[in-house]
Amino acid sequence: MDLGPYLMLASLEGAVGAAVLALTALGLSLVFGVMRIVNVAHGEFYMLGAVLAWWVTSMIGGHPALGFVAAMVVAPLVVGLIAAAAERLVLRRLNYDPEATIVATIGLLYVIQQLALSTYGADARPVPAPIDFRIQFPWFGYSGYKLCVIVASAALMLGVWLVLTRTRAGLMMRATQYDPETARAFAIPVGRVYAGVFAAGAMLAALGAVLIVPIQQAHYLMGHDPLLLSFIVVIIGGLGSLRGTVLAAVIIGMSDGIISVFFSPTLAKILATLLVAFVLVWRPTGLFGARAA
Amino acid sequence: MSKTTAPEPRTTRATLTRRTALKGLAGGAALAAAPGWVPYIEAQSSAPLKLGFQVHRTGIGAAYGRWYDRVTTAAAALINEGGGIGGRPVEIVTEDDGTDPKRGAEVVEKLATQHGCDLAFGTLFSHVVMGSAPRAGELKLPYFVVSEGHHVASGRLNRYTLQPGITDVKSQVRAMAPWVTQNLGKKVTMIFPDYAFGHDHRDFFSEAVAAQGGEVIEKIAIPPTESSFTKYFPRIPRGTDVLYHVMVGPGVLTFVKELGEFYGTGARPAIFGFIDSLEAVDIATPGLDFLEGTYFWEGMPRYAPPDASEHEGFYRQRVGVDANGASMSDPKDIATYAHMFGCWETLHVIKAGMEAAGYQGPADRAKLIEAVEAMTGMPESREHPQGDKVFNGRTHQVFGHQFISRVEGARLSVVHKTSIEDGMYPDEVDYTTQPF
Repeated sequence: MDLGPYLMLASLEGAVGAAVLALTALGLSLVFGVMRIVNVAHGEFYMLGAVLAWWVTSMIGGHPALGFVAAMVVAPLVVGLIAAAAERLVLRRLNYDPEATIVATIGLLYVIQQLALSTYGADARPVPAPIDFRIQFPWFGYSGYKLCVIVASAALMLGVWLVLTRTRAGLMMRATQYDPETARAFAIPVGRVYAGVFAAGAMLAALGAVLIVPIQQAHYLMGHDPLLLSFIVVIIGGLGSLRGTVLAAVIIGMSDGIISVFFSPTLAKILATLLVAFVLVWRPTGLFGARAA
Repeated sequence: MSKTTAPEPRTTRATLTRRTALKGLAGGAALAAAPGWVPYIEAQSSAPLKLGFQVHRTGIGAAYGRWYDRVTTAAAALINEGGGIGGRPVEIVTEDDGTDPKRGAEVVEKLATQHGCDLAFGTLFSHVVMGSAPRAGELKLPYFVVSEGHHVASGRLNRYTLQPGITDVKSQVRAMAPWVTQNLGKKVTMIFPDYAFGHDHRDFFSEAVAAQGGEVIEKIAIPPTESSFTKYFPRIPRGTDVLYHVMVGPGVLTFVKELGEFYGTGARPAIFGFIDSLEAVDIATPGLDFLEGTYFWEGMPRYAPPDASEHEGFYRQRVGVDANGASMSDPKDIATYAHMFGCWETLHVIKAGMEAAGYQGPADRAKLIEAVEAMTGMPESREHPQGDKVFNGRTHQVFGHQFISRVEGARLSVVHKTSIEDGMYPDEVDYTTQPF
């Protein structure tokens, strides 16, 4: 294949990866930014989103789009409820202690994964794409749905940004992130903000998964890669910085796509990890992270 | 006890304190309660034979594991209906290995020491076989794999590991390479998983194509955990006549779908795949229509051929699969039909081997291996519904027929059946010279 089309395909693949990664990493970054806890179970919320999407679409007959739209609503809501419950029952009781919450979320990871295995099973199950068309370029064909994923992800991220900057809830979150003590003094219910943020982070992961599941399939082990890549993105972008997260997701997603196509996927992962090392050495707070006080 | 102590009743009585009496009672009770103790003393020949089944119930091999499990259950039921093995009933002891090599070795150990199994069988994924077989050799546990990998016949394993129920990749690709190069083209690009099983395909198919005057012009290795495939397809060179694909794991449907999207309605090479890329997947799935007119290797035809033997029909019915290769109870549950017959045939080889060896218990394990090594021809029968086979006792590997099928109307129709000789190759090892 000639270089031009080759690069075009690589960029398209990279953009799809980046779009879903940005949503997932945004959730992780939000939780860290506001609550200062590292959620190791984030990838399992992603998996749960995909599994629930399969469940919803297989319950609802008719046109695949019906089931998919229902999944876009139901899956994040259920995942959000589970996350809020986990926050209330586990994280709050640990007083959000950084070390204890890491261990607790590792436990949560296994609990969710094994529950999915024992209820949903070990199979990879497909979810039909809501729209089924193929764009035929002169050199290769490309899934129309994948292009829609990029658009949908961009729209969702715009939505998150609007909520954070233009709404009262967003103001509360930002205030809590800035200084929980002072926020509490201004009658902001910090406890409820924490529960909401943890749920919202998990919901973003679930949304990313619902978008990806017509491309890949729902499988109980699918949470590993997104978790790893989300950590890479959040470290490079700067923990707690939404702008940095999105930018880093685009860098990692695009480079992963392009390097995978031209060289090898293993090299792409090596370079991404190397980039993390460089960032940690020369700019420990990430590209856009706030400097430690 | 009183008999042995009779000559010296006085001293015995003197030393028989309350403490020793209690100890003796406790010891006797423990012996009686020990699992399996009583039946073995009283009636060794009627105790069930414990066959350890190492299954990929979870992990990337789960779809195969589910069907291997069903076939094994059906075969064991049939054997027990017919009076068991040598008059003793068969008990299948199942352990999940998570399709993980490390866990596989632990499972072999658990089956041998904890469950006290007479042998172990059923492992499919080649990296798990490679991880587990050395432990079986150390434990001197007969280990019957159902894997397709060339590792058994390559001589890299041990005398206790055998593959009598399914042919290996080397034999499969050698048998089919002439048909592929003569009918589809001579310039081949291969897409395969990047581990032992895929490497067998890469090495032996390249070799076999070269022997036919063809050439493999590009080899695309894909990591087994990959979930997105489009990025690999631009590496398929323009001059490719035949695209050869073999994929495994939970990503197979994504792989074929993305291949279809990539070629779209444009020009594409002829496509020859191993059914592994579509095992447990319905060919009528939306997005797979581009497969129409492409070819697949099948170990055993998924769609019942019009000329299927009565044995094939019997087997299909007993394992609960309909004429379209799906579960009789759920038409969406597609079988791994091209591979799972291996469990059925392996269990029947075990039965024949144990009966020939006069197998009584673990002390006769070496006799069982020798009895299987002595096997040669296996005629097509209820025990061997896939077709007749020839077993090579020196390399511990069986040889049989292969099928090439064409996708027509979202079904697979057999277009070519290879002979057993097509898949033969010179021995690379003689396990019978190794000591037990």
